[in-house]
Amino acid sequence: MAVRVQHDDFDVSAETEKLIGGRTDVGAIVTFTGRVRGADNERQVASLTLEHYPDMTEAEMARIETEAHARWPLQASLLIHRVGELHAGDNIVLVIAASAHRQAAFEAAAFLMDYLKTRAPFWKKETMPSGETAWVDARAEDDGAADRWR
Amino acid sequence: MDNRTRNVRLLYFAWLREKVGLASEEVELPAGIATVAELVDWLEQRGPQYGEAFARREVVRAALDKVHVKPSAALGEAREIAFFPPVTGG
Repeated sequence: MAVRVQHDDFDVSAETEKLIGGRTDVGAIVTFTGRVRGADNERQVASLTLEHYPDMTEAEMARIETEAHARWPLQASLLIHRVGELHAGDNIVLVIAASAHRQAAFEAAAFLMDYLKTRAPFWKKETMPSGETAWVDARAEDDGAADRWR
Repeated sequence: MDNRTRNVRLLYFAWLREKVGLASEEVELPAGIATVAELVDWLEQRGPQYGEAFARREVVRAALDKVHVKPSAALGEAREIAFFPPVTGG
Protein backbone atom coordinates (compact mmCIF):
# COMPACT_ATOMS: atom_id res chain seq x y z
CA MET A 1 0.00 0.00 0.00
CA ALA A 2 1.34 3.40 -0.87
CA VAL A 3 0.15 6.89 -1.70
CA ARG A 4 2.17 9.73 -3.17
CA VAL A 5 1.57 13.38 -3.99
CA GLN A 6 4.19 14.80 -6.32
CA HIS A 7 4.75 17.39 -9.00
CA ASP A 8 6.86 15.12 -11.17
CA ASP A 9 5.42 12.85 -13.82
CA PHE A 10 5.18 9.09 -13.23
CA ASP A 11 6.02 6.11 -15.40
CA VAL A 12 3.19 3.56 -15.31
CA SER A 13 5.36 0.57 -16.27
CA ALA A 14 8.11 1.43 -13.81
CA GLU A 15 5.61 1.97 -10.98
CA THR A 16 3.84 -1.30 -11.76
CA GLU A 17 7.12 -3.20 -11.82
CA LYS A 18 8.25 -1.63 -8.54
CA LEU A 19 4.93 -2.53 -6.90
CA ILE A 20 4.42 -6.06 -8.24
CA GLY A 21 7.75 -7.18 -9.73
CA GLY A 22 8.72 -10.71 -8.72
CA ARG A 23 5.44 -11.57 -7.02
CA THR A 24 3.77 -14.76 -8.25
CA ASP A 25 0.55 -14.50 -6.23
CA VAL A 26 -0.79 -11.52 -8.20
CA GLY A 27 -3.01 -12.67 -11.04
CA ALA A 28 -4.59 -9.36 -12.00
CA ILE A 29 -3.30 -5.80 -12.18
CA VAL A 30 -5.59 -2.92 -13.10
CA THR A 31 -3.92 0.43 -13.74
CA PHE A 32 -5.85 3.63 -14.31
CA THR A 33 -4.14 6.76 -15.60
CA GLY A 34 -6.00 10.07 -15.57
CA ARG A 35 -4.76 12.76 -18.00
CA VAL A 36 -5.37 16.46 -18.46
CA ARG A 37 -7.89 17.19 -21.25
CA GLY A 38 -7.26 20.06 -23.64
CA ALA A 39 -10.87 21.19 -23.42
CA ASP A 40 -13.44 21.25 -20.63
CA ASN A 41 -16.87 21.07 -22.27
CA GLU A 42 -16.38 23.49 -25.19
CA ARG A 43 -13.80 25.59 -23.39
CA GLN A 44 -10.13 25.35 -24.42
CA VAL A 45 -7.78 24.80 -21.51
CA ALA A 46 -4.14 25.84 -21.79
CA SER A 47 -3.06 24.57 -18.39
CA LEU A 48 -4.32 23.32 -15.05
CA THR A 49 -2.96 24.19 -11.63
CA LEU A 50 -3.58 21.61 -8.93
CA GLU A 51 -3.73 22.90 -5.36
CA HIS A 52 -3.97 20.54 -2.39
CA TYR A 53 -4.02 20.39 1.40
CA PRO A 54 -0.62 18.98 2.34
CA ASP A 55 -0.77 16.24 4.97
CA MET A 56 -4.54 15.88 4.75
CA THR A 57 -4.19 14.84 1.13
CA GLU A 58 -1.88 11.95 1.96
CA ALA A 59 -3.93 11.03 5.05
CA GLU A 60 -7.17 10.98 3.07
CA MET A 61 -5.64 8.99 0.21
CA ALA A 62 -4.34 6.47 2.76
CA ARG A 63 -7.82 6.21 4.35
CA ILE A 64 -9.33 5.57 0.90
CA GLU A 65 -6.71 2.92 0.17
CA THR A 66 -7.27 1.23 3.54
CA GLU A 67 -11.00 1.11 2.82
CA ALA A 68 -10.36 -0.52 -0.58
CA HIS A 69 -8.21 -3.17 1.11
CA ALA A 70 -10.99 -3.82 3.63
CA ARG A 71 -13.52 -4.36 0.83
CA TRP A 72 -11.51 -6.37 -1.70
CA PRO A 73 -8.73 -8.97 -1.37
CA LEU A 74 -5.98 -6.74 -2.76
CA GLN A 75 -2.35 -7.79 -2.65
CA ALA A 76 -0.95 -4.39 -3.54
CA SER A 77 -2.07 -0.91 -4.49
CA LEU A 78 -0.63 2.46 -5.35
CA LEU A 79 -2.14 5.93 -5.67
CA ILE A 80 -0.15 8.81 -7.16
CA HIS A 81 -1.61 12.27 -7.67
CA ARG A 82 0.29 15.13 -9.28
CA VAL A 83 0.08 18.76 -8.11
CA GLY A 84 1.26 22.10 -9.47
CA GLU A 85 1.00 23.28 -13.07
CA LEU A 86 0.06 20.64 -15.65
CA HIS A 87 -0.72 20.86 -19.36
CA ALA A 88 -3.09 19.13 -21.76
CA GLY A 89 -1.97 15.56 -22.31
CA ASP A 90 -0.03 15.37 -19.04
CA ASN A 91 -0.63 12.53 -16.63
CA ILE A 92 -2.45 13.66 -13.51
CA VAL A 93 -3.39 10.58 -11.48
CA LEU A 94 -2.37 6.93 -11.29
CA VAL A 95 -4.21 4.11 -9.53
CA ILE A 96 -2.90 0.55 -9.46
CA ALA A 97 -4.89 -2.28 -7.88
CA ALA A 98 -3.48 -5.80 -7.79
CA SER A 99 -5.29 -8.95 -6.75
CA ALA A 100 -5.34 -12.69 -7.38
CA HIS A 101 -8.35 -12.32 -9.69
CA ARG A 102 -9.55 -9.64 -12.06
CA GLN A 103 -12.90 -8.70 -10.54
CA ALA A 104 -11.46 -7.45 -7.29
CA ALA A 105 -8.77 -5.51 -9.16
CA PHE A 106 -11.27 -3.89 -11.55
CA GLU A 107 -13.73 -2.97 -8.81
CA ALA A 108 -11.08 -1.70 -6.39
CA ALA A 109 -9.51 0.53 -9.07
CA ALA A 110 -12.91 2.07 -9.88
CA PHE A 111 -13.66 2.56 -6.18
CA LEU A 112 -10.28 4.17 -5.55
CA MET A 113 -10.80 6.66 -8.39
CA ASP A 114 -14.39 7.45 -7.40
CA TYR A 115 -13.34 8.15 -3.81
CA LEU A 116 -10.22 10.07 -4.81
CA LYS A 117 -12.35 12.39 -6.93
CA THR A 118 -14.87 13.08 -4.20
CA ARG A 119 -12.80 12.97 -0.98
CA ALA A 120 -9.13 13.75 -1.56
CA PRO A 121 -8.52 17.49 -1.03
CA PHE A 122 -7.30 18.62 -4.46
CA TRP A 123 -8.62 21.60 -6.40
CA LYS A 124 -8.14 22.34 -10.10
CA LYS A 125 -7.82 25.81 -11.55
CA GLU A 126 -7.96 26.12 -15.33
CA THR A 127 -6.07 28.69 -17.34
CA MET A 128 -7.63 29.46 -20.72
CA PRO A 129 -5.53 30.38 -23.79
CA SER A 130 -6.55 34.03 -23.14
CA GLY A 131 -4.88 33.88 -19.73
CA GLU A 132 -8.22 33.95 -17.92
CA THR A 133 -8.50 31.52 -15.01
CA ALA A 134 -11.40 29.66 -13.39
CA TRP A 135 -11.74 27.14 -10.57
CA VAL A 136 -13.23 23.88 -11.77
CA ASP A 137 -16.65 23.10 -10.28
CA ALA A 138 -17.28 19.75 -8.64
CA ARG A 139 -19.47 17.48 -10.76
CA ALA A 140 -22.64 15.88 -9.44
CA GLU A 141 -21.85 12.78 -11.55
CA ASP A 142 -18.72 12.23 -9.47
CA ASP A 143 -20.75 12.19 -6.27
CA GLY A 144 -23.18 9.78 -7.93
CA ALA A 145 -20.29 7.51 -8.95
CA ALA A 146 -18.93 7.48 -5.40
CA ASP A 147 -22.40 6.87 -3.92
CA ARG A 148 -22.77 3.53 -5.70
CA TRP A 149 -20.16 2.02 -3.34
CA ARG A 150 -22.12 2.84 -0.20
CA MET B 1 -19.14 23.98 26.72
CA ASP B 2 -16.34 25.44 28.77
CA ASN B 3 -15.59 29.13 28.96
CA ARG B 4 -11.93 29.06 27.99
CA THR B 5 -10.80 30.77 24.85
CA ARG B 6 -8.15 28.98 22.84
CA ASN B 7 -6.08 29.47 19.74
CA VAL B 8 -6.75 27.52 16.58
CA ARG B 9 -5.23 27.58 13.14
CA LEU B 10 -7.63 28.22 10.27
CA LEU B 11 -6.76 27.20 6.72
CA TYR B 12 -8.44 28.25 3.48
CA PHE B 13 -8.05 26.61 0.10
CA ALA B 14 -8.81 27.34 -3.56
CA TRP B 15 -11.41 30.11 -4.07
CA LEU B 16 -11.98 30.39 -0.32
CA ARG B 17 -8.30 31.29 0.08
CA GLU B 18 -8.63 33.88 -2.69
CA LYS B 19 -11.78 35.45 -1.25
CA VAL B 20 -10.51 35.55 2.34
CA GLY B 21 -7.14 36.77 1.08
CA LEU B 22 -5.25 34.43 3.40
CA ALA B 23 -4.03 30.86 3.20
CA SER B 24 -3.98 30.48 6.98
CA GLU B 25 -4.31 32.42 10.21
CA GLU B 26 -4.17 31.85 13.96
CA VAL B 27 -7.28 33.04 15.77
CA GLU B 28 -8.42 33.10 19.35
CA LEU B 29 -11.71 31.26 19.40
CA PRO B 30 -14.20 33.05 21.61
CA ALA B 31 -15.82 30.91 24.29
CA GLY B 32 -19.18 29.48 23.31
CA ILE B 33 -18.33 28.55 19.74
CA ALA B 34 -18.92 24.83 19.73
CA THR B 35 -19.46 23.73 16.12
CA VAL B 36 -18.11 24.33 12.64
CA ALA B 37 -21.32 26.18 11.69
CA GLU B 38 -20.97 28.48 14.72
CA LEU B 39 -17.38 29.19 13.76
CA VAL B 40 -18.53 30.19 10.27
CA ASP B 41 -21.19 32.51 11.79
CA TRP B 42 -18.44 34.18 13.82
CA LEU B 43 -16.01 34.41 10.90
CA GLU B 44 -18.64 36.07 8.71
CA GLN B 45 -18.75 38.98 11.13
CA ARG B 46 -15.02 39.57 10.97
CA GLY B 47 -15.10 41.39 7.64
CA PRO B 48 -16.65 41.56 4.19
CA GLN B 49 -14.07 39.19 2.73
CA TYR B 50 -15.32 36.44 5.07
CA GLY B 51 -18.93 37.22 4.20
CA GLU B 52 -18.00 36.87 0.54
CA ALA B 53 -16.05 33.64 1.09
CA PHE B 54 -18.87 31.97 3.01
CA ALA B 55 -21.75 33.47 0.99
CA ARG B 56 -22.48 30.08 -0.62
CA ARG B 57 -22.12 28.35 2.69
CA GLU B 58 -23.89 25.18 1.55
CA VAL B 59 -21.01 24.40 -0.81
CA VAL B 60 -18.20 25.09 1.68
CA ARG B 61 -16.58 21.96 3.11
CA ALA B 62 -14.64 21.68 6.35
CA ALA B 63 -12.04 19.45 7.98
CA LEU B 64 -11.00 19.21 11.63
CA ASP B 65 -7.40 18.17 12.10
CA LYS B 66 -7.35 16.86 8.52
CA VAL B 67 -10.56 14.80 8.67
CA HIS B 68 -13.72 15.73 6.70
CA VAL B 69 -16.61 16.85 8.92
CA LYS B 70 -20.14 18.21 8.55
CA PRO B 71 -21.10 21.78 9.58
CA SER B 72 -22.83 20.41 12.67
CA ALA B 73 -19.59 18.76 13.90
CA ALA B 74 -18.33 19.76 17.34
CA LEU B 75 -14.97 21.54 17.24
CA GLY B 76 -13.84 19.62 20.31
CA GLU B 77 -10.11 20.05 20.82
CA ALA B 78 -9.30 20.46 17.12
CA ARG B 79 -6.17 22.56 16.52
CA GLU B 80 -6.49 22.97 12.77
CA ILE B 81 -9.74 23.83 11.02
CA ALA B 82 -9.77 23.96 7.24
CA PHE B 83 -12.38 25.38 4.86
CA PHE B 84 -12.48 24.57 1.17
CA PRO B 85 -14.75 24.11 -1.86
CA PRO B 86 -15.90 20.66 -2.98
CA VAL B 87 -12.82 18.79 -4.13
CA THR B 88 -12.00 18.49 -7.84
CA GLY B 89 -8.96 16.23 -8.09
CA GLY B 90 -8.53 13.04 -10.11
